[in-house]
Amino acid sequence: MRVTVLLFARYREAASAASVDIDVPAGATLAQVWERVIEQVPALGSGPAPLLACNRVYARPDLRLSGGEEIAAFPPVSGG
Amino acid sequence: MGELYRVVAGPIAVQEAIAAVSGPDRGAVAVFIGQTRDHHGGRRVVRLEYHAYGPMAEEVMRQIGQEVADRFRTPHVAMLHRTGPVAIGESSVIIAVAAAHRRQAIDGCAHAIERLKAIVPIWKKEFYEGGSAWIEGCDPVL
Repeated sequence: MRVTVLLFARYREAASAASVDIDVPAGATLAQVWERVIEQVPALGSGPAPLLACNRVYARPDLRLSGGEEIAAFPPVSGG
Repeated sequence: MGELYRVVAGPIAVQEAIAAVSGPDRGAVAVFIGQTRDHHGGRRVVRLEYHAYGPMAEEVMRQIGQEVADRFRTPHVAMLHRTGPVAIGESSVIIAVAAAHRRQAIDGCAHAIERLKAIVPIWKKEFYEGGSAWIEGCDPVL
Protein backbone atom coordinates (compact mmCIF):
# COMPACT_ATOMS: atom_id res chain seq x y z
CA MET A 1 0.00 0.00 0.00
CA ARG A 2 1.10 3.56 -0.63
CA VAL A 3 1.55 5.68 2.48
CA THR A 4 2.03 9.45 2.47
CA VAL A 5 4.11 10.62 5.43
CA LEU A 6 3.71 14.29 6.35
CA LEU A 7 6.96 15.89 7.49
CA PHE A 8 7.48 18.98 9.64
CA ALA A 9 10.19 21.39 10.74
CA ARG A 10 13.75 20.09 10.23
CA TYR A 11 12.43 16.92 8.56
CA ARG A 12 10.57 18.96 5.96
CA GLU A 13 13.72 20.94 5.20
CA ALA A 14 15.81 17.77 4.92
CA ALA A 15 13.35 16.23 2.46
CA SER A 16 12.77 19.51 0.58
CA ALA A 17 9.12 18.48 0.59
CA ALA A 18 6.11 18.62 2.88
CA SER A 19 5.64 14.86 2.56
CA VAL A 20 7.12 11.70 1.07
CA ASP A 21 5.26 8.78 -0.48
CA ILE A 22 6.48 5.27 0.28
CA ASP A 23 5.24 1.75 -0.48
CA VAL A 24 4.90 -0.87 2.25
CA PRO A 25 3.08 -4.21 2.56
CA ALA A 26 -0.46 -4.08 4.00
CA GLY A 27 -0.30 -4.34 7.78
CA ALA A 28 3.11 -2.67 7.99
CA THR A 29 3.96 -0.89 11.23
CA LEU A 30 4.80 2.78 11.64
CA ALA A 31 8.37 1.74 12.41
CA GLN A 32 8.58 -0.01 9.05
CA VAL A 33 7.12 3.04 7.33
CA TRP A 34 9.79 5.24 8.95
CA GLU A 35 12.56 2.87 7.81
CA ARG A 36 11.35 3.35 4.22
CA VAL A 37 11.29 7.13 4.70
CA ILE A 38 14.93 7.09 5.84
CA GLU A 39 15.86 5.07 2.75
CA GLN A 40 14.47 7.88 0.62
CA VAL A 41 15.82 10.72 2.76
CA PRO A 42 18.99 9.49 4.51
CA ALA A 43 19.47 12.79 6.35
CA LEU A 44 16.46 11.88 8.48
CA GLY A 45 18.27 8.82 9.83
CA SER A 46 20.46 10.80 12.23
CA GLY A 47 19.35 12.42 15.45
CA PRO A 48 16.78 11.30 18.02
CA ALA A 49 13.91 9.00 17.05
CA PRO A 50 10.95 10.80 15.46
CA LEU A 51 7.60 11.46 17.05
CA LEU A 52 4.92 9.66 15.04
CA ALA A 53 1.25 10.46 14.63
CA CYS A 54 -1.61 8.54 13.02
CA ASN A 55 -4.82 10.43 12.24
CA ARG A 56 -3.61 13.40 14.32
CA VAL A 57 -3.01 11.34 17.46
CA TYR A 58 0.42 10.35 18.79
CA ALA A 59 1.11 6.72 17.94
CA ARG A 60 3.66 4.07 18.84
CA PRO A 61 6.07 2.65 16.28
CA ASP A 62 4.45 -0.80 16.55
CA LEU A 63 1.06 0.46 15.34
CA ARG A 64 -0.09 -1.49 12.27
CA LEU A 65 -1.63 0.40 9.36
CA SER A 66 -4.50 -0.75 7.19
CA GLY A 67 -4.30 2.03 4.60
CA GLY A 68 -5.68 5.54 4.24
CA GLU A 69 -4.45 6.84 7.60
CA GLU A 70 -2.96 10.34 7.91
CA ILE A 71 0.64 9.68 8.99
CA ALA A 72 3.07 12.30 10.24
CA ALA A 73 6.63 12.22 11.56
CA PHE A 74 8.36 15.09 13.29
CA PRO A 75 11.13 16.08 15.70
CA PRO A 76 10.59 16.82 19.42
CA VAL A 77 8.26 19.79 19.65
CA SER A 78 9.17 23.32 20.68
CA GLY A 79 6.06 25.46 20.61
CA GLY A 80 5.19 28.21 23.07
CA MET B 1 -19.18 27.76 27.80
CA GLY B 2 -16.14 29.61 26.54
CA GLU B 3 -13.33 27.83 24.79
CA LEU B 4 -11.05 28.62 21.86
CA TYR B 5 -8.21 26.61 20.34
CA ARG B 6 -6.53 28.14 17.30
CA VAL B 7 -3.28 28.13 15.37
CA VAL B 8 -3.15 31.38 13.38
CA ALA B 9 -0.75 32.54 10.68
CA GLY B 10 -0.68 36.14 11.88
CA PRO B 11 -0.91 38.36 14.98
CA ILE B 12 -2.84 37.06 17.98
CA ALA B 13 -4.64 39.26 20.49
CA VAL B 14 -4.94 38.78 24.23
CA GLN B 15 -8.36 40.47 24.24
CA GLU B 16 -9.71 37.74 21.98
CA ALA B 17 -8.56 35.03 24.40
CA ILE B 18 -9.97 36.88 27.41
CA ALA B 19 -13.30 37.50 25.70
CA ALA B 20 -13.56 33.82 24.72
CA VAL B 21 -13.35 32.57 28.32
CA SER B 22 -14.94 35.36 30.35
CA GLY B 23 -18.46 35.14 31.74
CA PRO B 24 -20.58 36.50 34.61
CA ASP B 25 -20.11 33.35 36.72
CA ARG B 26 -16.29 33.43 36.47
CA GLY B 27 -14.58 35.77 38.85
CA ALA B 28 -11.02 34.93 37.93
CA VAL B 29 -9.21 35.09 34.58
CA ALA B 30 -5.56 34.01 34.41
CA VAL B 31 -3.55 34.85 31.30
CA PHE B 32 -0.16 33.70 30.02
CA ILE B 33 1.53 35.47 27.11
CA GLY B 34 4.71 34.14 25.48
CA GLN B 35 6.66 36.82 23.60
CA THR B 36 9.75 36.57 21.42
CA ARG B 37 12.88 37.19 23.48
CA ASP B 38 16.03 38.78 22.07
CA HIS B 39 18.46 36.20 23.45
CA HIS B 40 18.81 32.47 23.97
CA GLY B 41 21.79 30.46 25.16
CA GLY B 42 24.12 33.43 25.06
CA ARG B 43 23.22 34.40 21.49
CA ARG B 44 21.30 37.37 20.21
CA VAL B 45 18.04 36.33 18.53
CA VAL B 46 16.79 38.59 15.74
CA ARG B 47 13.48 36.82 15.17
CA LEU B 48 11.65 33.53 15.61
CA GLU B 49 9.64 31.50 13.14
CA TYR B 50 7.00 29.04 14.25
CA HIS B 51 5.85 26.11 12.13
CA ALA B 52 2.90 23.89 12.99
CA TYR B 53 1.06 20.71 12.10
CA GLY B 54 -2.02 22.87 12.34
CA PRO B 55 -4.94 20.41 12.43
CA MET B 56 -3.20 18.16 14.98
CA ALA B 57 -2.02 21.12 17.05
CA GLU B 58 -5.59 22.32 17.51
CA GLU B 59 -6.75 18.83 18.48
CA VAL B 60 -3.97 18.49 21.05
CA MET B 61 -4.81 21.94 22.42
CA ARG B 62 -8.40 20.78 22.79
CA GLN B 63 -7.15 17.70 24.66
CA ILE B 64 -5.16 19.96 27.01
CA GLY B 65 -8.30 22.03 27.59
CA GLN B 66 -10.09 18.83 28.62
CA GLU B 67 -7.25 18.12 31.08
CA VAL B 68 -7.76 21.58 32.59
CA ALA B 69 -11.50 20.91 32.85
CA ASP B 70 -10.91 17.55 34.54
CA ARG B 71 -8.20 18.64 37.00
CA PHE B 72 -9.13 22.23 37.79
CA ARG B 73 -12.89 21.98 37.29
CA THR B 74 -13.19 24.77 34.73
CA PRO B 75 -13.89 24.26 31.03
CA HIS B 76 -13.17 27.87 30.08
CA VAL B 77 -9.86 27.71 28.24
CA ALA B 78 -8.46 29.66 25.28
CA MET B 79 -5.17 28.77 23.59
CA LEU B 80 -3.88 30.78 20.63
CA HIS B 81 -0.57 30.11 18.89
CA ARG B 82 0.91 32.14 16.07
CA THR B 83 2.84 30.65 13.15
CA GLY B 84 5.27 32.24 10.70
CA PRO B 85 7.77 34.96 11.64
CA VAL B 86 7.39 36.60 15.04
CA ALA B 87 9.46 39.71 15.74
CA ILE B 88 11.13 40.50 19.06
CA GLY B 89 8.52 41.49 21.63
CA GLU B 90 5.56 40.13 19.70
CA SER B 91 3.31 37.44 21.11
CA SER B 92 3.70 33.86 19.94
CA VAL B 93 1.31 32.15 22.36
CA ILE B 94 -1.60 33.32 24.52
CA ILE B 95 -3.46 31.20 27.07
CA ALA B 96 -6.44 32.38 29.10
CA VAL B 97 -8.29 30.33 31.70
CA ALA B 98 -11.39 31.58 33.53
CA ALA B 99 -12.95 30.06 36.63
CA ALA B 100 -15.09 30.95 39.61
CA HIS B 101 -11.99 31.11 41.82
CA ARG B 102 -8.42 32.28 41.32
CA ARG B 103 -6.67 29.02 42.31
CA GLN B 104 -8.44 27.12 39.50
CA ALA B 105 -7.66 29.81 36.94
CA ILE B 106 -3.99 30.29 37.87
CA ASP B 107 -3.20 26.59 38.21
CA GLY B 108 -5.17 25.72 35.07
CA CYS B 109 -3.27 28.34 33.07
CA ALA B 110 0.08 27.06 34.38
CA HIS B 111 -0.85 23.49 33.47
CA ALA B 112 -1.94 24.54 29.99
CA ILE B 113 1.32 26.28 29.03
CA GLU B 114 3.48 23.46 30.42
CA ARG B 115 1.50 20.89 28.45
CA LEU B 116 1.46 23.01 25.29
CA LYS B 117 5.25 23.22 25.36
CA ALA B 118 5.51 19.48 25.95
CA ILE B 119 3.10 18.00 23.41
CA VAL B 120 1.58 20.41 20.88
CA PRO B 121 3.08 19.81 17.39
CA ILE B 122 4.57 23.26 16.83
CA TRP B 123 8.27 24.04 16.26
CA LYS B 124 10.36 27.14 16.80
CA LYS B 125 13.23 28.18 14.54
CA GLU B 126 15.60 30.80 15.95
CA PHE B 127 17.35 33.31 13.70
CA TYR B 128 20.65 34.85 14.83
CA GLU B 129 22.95 37.41 13.21
CA GLY B 130 24.89 34.73 11.36
CA GLY B 131 22.52 31.79 11.01
CA SER B 132 19.56 29.89 12.36
CA ALA B 133 18.70 26.77 14.33
CA TRP B 134 15.64 24.66 14.87
CA ILE B 135 14.77 24.20 18.52
CA GLU B 136 13.87 20.60 19.25
CA GLY B 137 12.67 19.71 22.71
CA CYS B 138 14.85 21.86 24.96
CA ASP B 139 18.04 22.24 22.90
CA PRO B 140 19.03 24.05 19.67
CA VAL B 141 19.96 21.77 16.75
CA LEU B 142 22.56 23.46 14.52
